Amino acid sequence: MHVETLLQLSELRRVAIVPALNEEHTVQRVIDELRAFDPGLDVVVIDDGSSDRTAAAASAKGAHVLRLPFNLGIGGAVQTGFKFAFERDYDIAVRVDGDGQHDPAQLARIVAPVLRGDADIVIGSRFATSEGGYRSSRSRRVGIRILAAVVSRIVGQRVTDTTSGFQALNRKGIALFARDYPHDYPEVEATVMVFRHRLRLQEVPVSMRERSGGQSSITALRSIYYMVKVLLAIFVGLFRRHVIPQEESA
Amino acid sequence: MTPLAVSIAGGIASFALVLVVLDLIRRHRLRERYALLWLATGTVLTVLSAWRDGLNTIAGWFGVRSYPPAVLFAVAILFIIAVLLHYSTVISRLSDQNVLLAQKLALLEQELLDRRAS
Repeated sequence: MHVETLLQLSELRRVAIVPALNEEHTVQRVIDELRAFDPGLDVVVIDDGSSDRTAAAASAKGAHVLRLPFNLGIGGAVQTGFKFAFERDYDIAVRVDGDGQHDPAQLARIVAPVLRGDADIVIGSRFATSEGGYRSSRSRRVGIRILAAVVSRIVGQRVTDTTSGFQALNRKGIALFARDYPHDYPEVEATVMVFRHRLRLQEVPVSMRERSGGQSSITALRSIYYMVKVLLAIFVGLFRRHVIPQEESA
Repeated sequence: MTPLAVSIAGGIASFALVLVVLDLIRRHRLRERYALLWLATGTVLTVLSAWRDGLNTIAGWFGVRSYPPAVLFAVAILFIIAVLLHYSTVISRLSDQNVLLAQKLALLEQELLDRRAS
């Protein structure tokens, strides 16, 4: 990593948000790799109702651990992390999955545009270049492509990977997601949301590793259901006058 | 054949259902995951109301010759049962989670009080 980037980082309060569901075998390595990338990075692991020792494994490595009392799904889990980052006044948050498919060594690329002030949120895309052979099931790749095409059309900027959870955000991004974040399969809707709030989004090419633990949260049949649900959410969302939901009255 | 008035009324009511559901999603009053079954209900009923020959044919399959709209009602009832059953499972999950939350809260409160006391 450039010394320059490191210096800039050191002045900011920064946190890594790591959602994990039954990742006891990978979460410690992820935490180690995050520290190797940036020793001053705080790590918060959100244990989304794991039935294994994910929480204990993460605590043993000195991470903050938020244990959800039951499984909220990836959207609810990640938003818990954003709320933590917002309430504890972090300037920068990166999001890295607990299953090891995101390589923290590549964070420098993802964080750089946020540090330069060029973007409010940066997403590591598997498809932004031909680099890095990302393999996944055919149906899933087709799904990702279709969603990327729909979202690109709507936001008027080319986005190639709307399902990537490998991200960096500044305070504006943290504040937005702490307040409103989609459920279930959030990245696609979140991308549209970011544009509607006039935040600046950038993609940078990354390669992802094969998942080394846990199971993908998305199976074949479910991807069809999510596809329908997400498209519905996006299109209905376009007709919203107020992009930020009103605060629930107590 | 289905009386035209029945087709028109059925079509308008079903289509209105679809619009109301979409508007509820738009206002953040209904989550997409709970809206899908309602949208399916509204769409199928709209199609069956508007497509009069289709309703006739389907009624024929079931040997309903005297009054084809009966099939429309049957389909509507089927979907309503599906929605209700779905909601029963949702409510069951919510009440389980509610118990968990209450227990967790009690444990946390107790721990907090202990820490203050010491």
